[in-house]
Amino acid sequence: MRRASAALRGLSLMLLAWAGLAAAADFDYRLKARPIAPDVYAFIGRTADFDTDNGGNIVNTAFIVGRAGVIVIDSGPSLRYGQQMRQAIAKVTDKPLALVINTHHHPDHFLGNQAFADVPIGALAETRDGIARDGDAFAENLFRMSGDWMKGTEVRVPNRTLAGGALEVAGRRLRLVALDGHTGADLVVVDEASGVVFAGDLVFNGRAPTTPHADVGHWLKALDQLDGLTRQPGFKVLLPGHGEVAGDAAPIAQTRAWLNWLTATMDEAARNGLDMNDTLARPLPPRFADMPVAQTEYRRSVGHLFPAAEQRALEGR
Amino acid sequence: MKFPLTIAAIALAALMSPADAAALRDEGDPLASARWADMHKSMLAGAPVLFDPRVKVVAPSTAENPMQVPVSVDATALPGVVEVLVFADFNPIVQVLRFYPDAAPAFLGFRIKLQQSSPVRAAVRTADGVWHVGGTWVNTVGGGCTAPSAAAVSPEWQKRLNEVSGRQWSEGPNAGRIRLRIVHPMDTGLVAGTPAFHLEEVNITDAAGKRLMRVQPYEPVSENPVFTLQRDAASGPVEASGRDNNGNAFTARIAP
Repeated sequence: MRRASAALRGLSLMLLAWAGLAAAADFDYRLKARPIAPDVYAFIGRTADFDTDNGGNIVNTAFIVGRAGVIVIDSGPSLRYGQQMRQAIAKVTDKPLALVINTHHHPDHFLGNQAFADVPIGALAETRDGIARDGDAFAENLFRMSGDWMKGTEVRVPNRTLAGGALEVAGRRLRLVALDGHTGADLVVVDEASGVVFAGDLVFNGRAPTTPHADVGHWLKALDQLDGLTRQPGFKVLLPGHGEVAGDAAPIAQTRAWLNWLTATMDEAARNGLDMNDTLARPLPPRFADMPVAQTEYRRSVGHLFPAAEQRALEGR
Repeated sequence: MKFPLTIAAIALAALMSPADAAALRDEGDPLASARWADMHKSMLAGAPVLFDPRVKVVAPSTAENPMQVPVSVDATALPGVVEVLVFADFNPIVQVLRFYPDAAPAFLGFRIKLQQSSPVRAAVRTADGVWHVGGTWVNTVGGGCTAPSAAAVSPEWQKRLNEVSGRQWSEGPNAGRIRLRIVHPMDTGLVAGTPAFHLEEVNITDAAGKRLMRVQPYEPVSENPVFTLQRDAASGPVEASGRDNNGNAFTARIAP
């Protein structure tokens, strides 16, 4: 009996291993639309960095089913992701796609655009420019990091310029809030009917924020505005760009705490005479040590933010 | 070239730890670079070489920004250092900088531009003519949202060329440290239409006029170079002076 169960366990392990291999080889992101509010769905990615296992599925994307059509918020990291997202949306509704919105110009949020070539794709003017300027370099990076999951992916620049203010699409009233700080242009979308705030990458939840194009001062101001949005009557759900959905402003506070700590750490290191290698070698405080990808993002952020802190310290400002 | 007796003699004379002594070798590049033989010939003229753990080169194994890769060279464990040559095997311009720690510890921090993944090495010449070599591999692939820029983009230098800002630290864990930043585009000459334009000499002198260190930067040193060095006893101001390859000179005082 014991031997039989061991054999069975062995067999099931083999099957599991085989299934794992198959999952990696079939380039299926296993996207399943998760309802986060009435008529609002999200695809929640992993709190990890791009790799050949996850194929870049480290990002949250979403869609809203309006009276007359579907509004898509961010299109994911690859052509395959965009295609599979479209199939997953079709399992929920047969309404036509009305608009795709790219919240900002980072590749995990727009490289699925190609799968929505027949749909208007909108973004803030600066986001459009950023995608046109940096898109190919981003895509090249992701080919390197995510491998064959990226096959066939090409940059498709948004063809419609959005601006802050009210926007009515497919019978749905959206409020667009044009902010910046994570990048030069970060679009927050508020769905009035459901009370969902789509924060894009201004908010990370349970995953260290990324800063390659950050202006931290602006980002902190943007977080204050987002905080305000969550205090308005009707607010129900906050969807961060990365990490779990929340029913409150806790992920905003978490993102703010990380950014404040990061800038204070850079300034203190520079004032104390540390150079970049010394600063890279500093250990994370216990409160951040267990946060996914905290160590990697800290090291990357030193590269992005330390030179300015150092200049301030050396110039006595 | 083999001289095992010399190695044993060096290890013994320097009272090296058994681990360090065991790591000393005069052949077989520890970084296994296909270009080592070329480097040995072109950078060090085939002179006797020891791969030596007392030459520490610190750099991130993965560089987020290949235009600003931090490198620290520490050869303070090695007695009698005359000259330090830093180079990167796979860079289009291999030679990064030289420094001569006249009256300062053999330590220098700076940032460099790397075109692709490469060993970054420091070859340290001691008075006996032997080059002690240490190094580390740097992988230049950045993160997913990094868009590498091809050339210097900051126009800051046009108004502030050769402006020096610097500080000294006289207490705390970094007592004796000097850091300075010099505004300079450090153009490599590899970008079409932009000729090579870089600092080629930086001298750090103490108040008595004694030179602590001479640095000769080459093209691969990053835009707006930042140097970190150490002085044995922090006392009084130091003077930073030098020039670029177009003859623009600078002199600046760095207060204690």
